[in-house]
Amino acid sequence: MTDTTARPRTDGGVVAPAGGAVGTARTRLEGRDKVTGAARYAADVPFDGLAHGWLVLSTVARGRITSMDTAAVLGMPGVLGVVHHGNAPRLHPAGLFGPDGQLQLLQDDRVPHVGRPVALVVARTPQQARAGAAALTVTYAQEPHDTVFRAGHPAGRPAPAAPARPDADLGDVEAEIAAAPVVVDQRYTTPEEHHSAMEPHASMARWEDGRLEVVDSNQGSFMVARVLATLFGLDQEIVRVRAEHVGGGFGSKGVGPQLVLAVMAATLLRRPVRVALTRRQVFSTTGLRPATEQRLRLASDSTGRLRAIDHATAAFTSTIQEYVERNTEASNVMYAADAIRTRTTVVPLDLPTPGWMRGPGAAAGSFALESAMDELAQAVGVDPVELRLRNEPSAGPVSGLPFSSRNLAACLREGARRFGWADRDPRPGTRREGRWLLGTGVACGSYGAGALPSTAAITARADGSYTVSVGAADIGTGARTALALVAADALGVPPESVRMRIADSRLGAAWFAGGSKGTASWSWAVTAAAADLRERLASVDRVPPDGVTGRGDTTDAIGALGKQERQSYGAQFAEVAVDTGTGEVRVRRMLGMFAAGRIVNPLTARSQLVGGMTMGLSMALHEEGARDEALGALVNSDFAGYHISAHADVPDIEADWVEDVDDSNPSGIKGVGEVGIAGTAAAIANAVWHATGVRHRALPVRLDRVLESGFPAAR
Amino acid sequence: MREFAYQRAGDVAGAVAAFAAAPGARYLGGGTNLVDLMKSGVESPERLIDVRGLGLDAVEEDADGGLRIGATVTNSDLAAHPGVRRRYPALAQAVLAGASGQLRNAATVGGNLLQRVRCGYFTDVTLPCNRRVPGSGCPAVDGEHHNHAVLGWSEHCVAVHPSDLGVALAAFDAVVSYETGAGPGELAYAALYPPVGDTPHRETSLPPGALITAVSLPAAPVAARSRYRKVRERASYAFATASVAAALEVRDGVVHDVRLAFGAVASRPWRAHAAERALTGAPATARAFGAAADAELAAARPLPHNGYKVPLLRNLMVSVLTELAEEAAR
Ligand SMILES: Cc1cc2nc3c(=O)[nH]c(=O)nc-3n(C[C@H](O)[C@H](O)[C@H](O)COP(=O)(O)OP(=O)(O)OC[C@H]3O[C@@H](n4cnc5c(N)ncnc54)[C@H](O)[C@@H]3O)c2cc1C
Ligand code: SF4
Repeated sequence: MTDTTARPRTDGGVVAPAGGAVGTARTRLEGRDKVTGAARYAADVPFDGLAHGWLVLSTVARGRITSMDTAAVLGMPGVLGVVHHGNAPRLHPAGLFGPDGQLQLLQDDRVPHVGRPVALVVARTPQQARAGAAALTVTYAQEPHDTVFRAGHPAGRPAPAAPARPDADLGDVEAEIAAAPVVVDQRYTTPEEHHSAMEPHASMARWEDGRLEVVDSNQGSFMVARVLATLFGLDQEIVRVRAEHVGGGFGSKGVGPQLVLAVMAATLLRRPVRVALTRRQVFSTTGLRPATEQRLRLASDSTGRLRAIDHATAAFTSTIQEYVERNTEASNVMYAADAIRTRTTVVPLDLPTPGWMRGPGAAAGSFALESAMDELAQAVGVDPVELRLRNEPSAGPVSGLPFSSRNLAACLREGARRFGWADRDPRPGTRREGRWLLGTGVACGSYGAGALPSTAAITARADGSYTVSVGAADIGTGARTALALVAADALGVPPESVRMRIADSRLGAAWFAGGSKGTASWSWAVTAAAADLRERLASVDRVPPDGVTGRGDTTDAIGALGKQERQSYGAQFAEVAVDTGTGEVRVRRMLGMFAAGRIVNPLTARSQLVGGMTMGLSMALHEEGARDEALGALVNSDFAGYHISAHADVPDIEADWVEDVDDSNPSGIKGVGEVGIAGTAAAIANAVWHATGVRHRALPVRLDRVLESGFPAAR
Repeated sequence: MREFAYQRAGDVAGAVAAFAAAPGARYLGGGTNLVDLMKSGVESPERLIDVRGLGLDAVEEDADGGLRIGATVTNSDLAAHPGVRRRYPALAQAVLAGASGQLRNAATVGGNLLQRVRCGYFTDVTLPCNRRVPGSGCPAVDGEHHNHAVLGWSEHCVAVHPSDLGVALAAFDAVVSYETGAGPGELAYAALYPPVGDTPHRETSLPPGALITAVSLPAAPVAARSRYRKVRERASYAFATASVAAALEVRDGVVHDVRLAFGAVASRPWRAHAAERALTGAPATARAFGAAADAELAAARPLPHNGYKVPLLRNLMVSVLTELAEEAAR
């Protein structure tokens, strides 16, 4: 790699030797376009002859479609066609990571859950399409369904191990637990949760000169194009997918149902078709975080040193795709213990397929592990910050691999100092303000870091500008801006001379905006392209009219990386107030200290971390998909019913970071998208315990739960 | 959303006549509830008659201490009105506890009273619901009813009335004035929503086509010492889990006058007459407040998943009355 690679400063701030752009706070390059409305999202881009598709969703939880009265709908004003399992193009197995049953839309008459697309009505206007969809009568042969999740469900089966992380089985968990003086053995539950990003999913597809063009709202256009090509049996060369601006994703914007159906309709009707989802359809068709039930057994000696961690988790999946919610990841990496065992069960039910939702695995998993750690601290009689410090591992607790970098202890210490933790009376129920009991809590979190193979190109122009082309996605994170800063420093030029082209499958292979690995992956490719470009520029006298292009491809470099434990870490502190008359819980302040590698743009990184913490607050206190057992349907699929934190719920949240130097990736970036939600819910639930003396092991910590369990510790 | 006609009415008579001439019409206030329901297909009126230009947008103070509130006064204007804040503080607090600033700027008093229930089955047209489709069943009774009624429900519908404003109006004996083709009429607010019985789809006792023109509040000195408190899962922008509007006048440690109404517990804002009776003449103590709450809640019939509302209401009522009594003693 080149000498322009930035190096973290020792004071925790980060600057690069060259331009010094990295580490300085910059507003988003497209910020002005967004706030003035000039930025166009997928549903905003006009096309000649555009038709509009409207989804028809199943209303039964299990069964078969016996008839569909398309004739009546085809006669309605403006209706151009109805796509259904009788006429839809046949699809090939495909998916982002292996064949995905969710994408096999309209292929047969089976109904696997409520809210599965069963038809698409296409018309000249969205209103006509909507009217047609509302009028389409679908009859079903209903079958008995089962949508009620529990860990002991007879359909449960062991999940296949994650490729990179088999179930842990270190030491003899049972023997350690039997011999340990202190044991915590508890169950924790989390409910079905929904992403529902601000911009509802939308896609436009059209055929032009034998090529398929897609304008989409997704988290990775290259990978989406590849899946589409496989799904429809096309050469990837002829498929172009773009997603210039995306209003949030949280993991839900892979290959959406609206995209597959738009391509089907465009293919059948030979005209451009756009399908935009309503908020309700977003809730029904774009994935969710499955409900989980976790059992945590922690055993320690009398000083709190861990002897065993036994973490068993179960989550539901659908009957058409096996999604595994990997809640036990944290138990593999957080704390040293003599014995560590993890087990994961999936329970297929007649429910929509879950998917990655911000901090998949970690958000719910850390709630269980970090709540249990707080219970252990109480049982041992040691401060919860100190308990964690005592169990700090020097290498991967299960893998034995070295950490690429790990600065959790610094997060805990610095966080405790800033939060004023030292003044805390450890006894619950001791602080009161009128009706309110006050309490504070702490919890930690981690999220996998690292880079995945990507490509990038940078073209130097005679006018002194540089155009960076990388198949990145900016789903509101500020990735576009961060990459411009990385490129500027790697080229040794001011950021103003860098132009960004992203979110286009034509720009070459690139990883997804997912797994908190987007910016790390793309940055590496960009620095590689910059190095290549600098070499090329060194051999020309002046830049020719069509420019000079350098290219980067990180596949080999990443393949050659040694095995390490790579994670971002965080420690979160929360203070809550609990109304003793009503059970209402309000968060008063939160502080998150993170060790997340090199921070490229403090402004947008902070916004990611605060956003993750806010989502964690929402998870702790509000979010819960309410499903009717008899109907199998979600009955709160809008924002009036599905509560996410409102402004008034979100206190002044402080997020900051400690120095964290990770040399394994030349960009030094670890990712900040998901670590912010890891641990938040536990910090809040632990604070509720401190306020009331009651452990809340079921999320969300609803006021009825608080009220019914009382305030035994209140003095 | 299907196509509809839109017209602006110029005066009350014109609005009523336009409604009579167009079966399937709806009056349009701020549209913050009606338009949402049109988008989701719950409502599909053929014609909207916009009533915001009828000159019904004033709050008038009676010399004797009462108030007359025009039907199209916005929620924001109502809450900001000095006469409202002075004479009926709980009313202003109730309005401010509802929705959000933007919504309150648009929402009208008439629309607030006739806003429809927030039951998740009601708002999703793919699900059964007696209130929306008579006879289709009430899945909430055995299903999701975490925030449904504990008082005055029937097995045909267990939804609660969502209005915050209405709870204060119930406490202060409001009277609704309306206009029909046959002339003007009046109805006690307490009688605006008929009992659910087996006709949950009959949501008001107003004659067909009635346009609400005003809501009047009789003079009530006790109301000057009143308070509204709303319990909700999140700190704003959420409907109540339970709420209490209370007014209290204490003389020599004894309750001289008291008004109490509960929100989010029944198909209508619930005037707590039994509690008021129990308290009048009783000592203004937490113990007496608790006994009065018990008297009211003896009639409560919680559903399997909303039993928490009973102790919640009790605590809430005791807490609010205790605050009022303490303030009176100062
Ligand atoms: C997100 C959200 C949160 C909310 N939170 C709360 C809350 O916490 N508490 C609360 O109390 N409310 C809440 N609301 C509801 C809000 O208060 C109502 O939507 C609003 O008051 C309705 O007033 P409007 O003028 O917009 O009515 P519209 O939507 O215009 O009309 C509602 C109904 O009243 C009828 N109508 C309107 N005016 C008249 C009239 N003069 N005569 C006869 N009929 C008439 C209409 O035909 C329609 O049937 C919330 C609403 C939203 C969207
Ligand atoms: S409670 Fe009322 S509104 Fe809800 S489903 Fe039952 S009938 Fe419909």
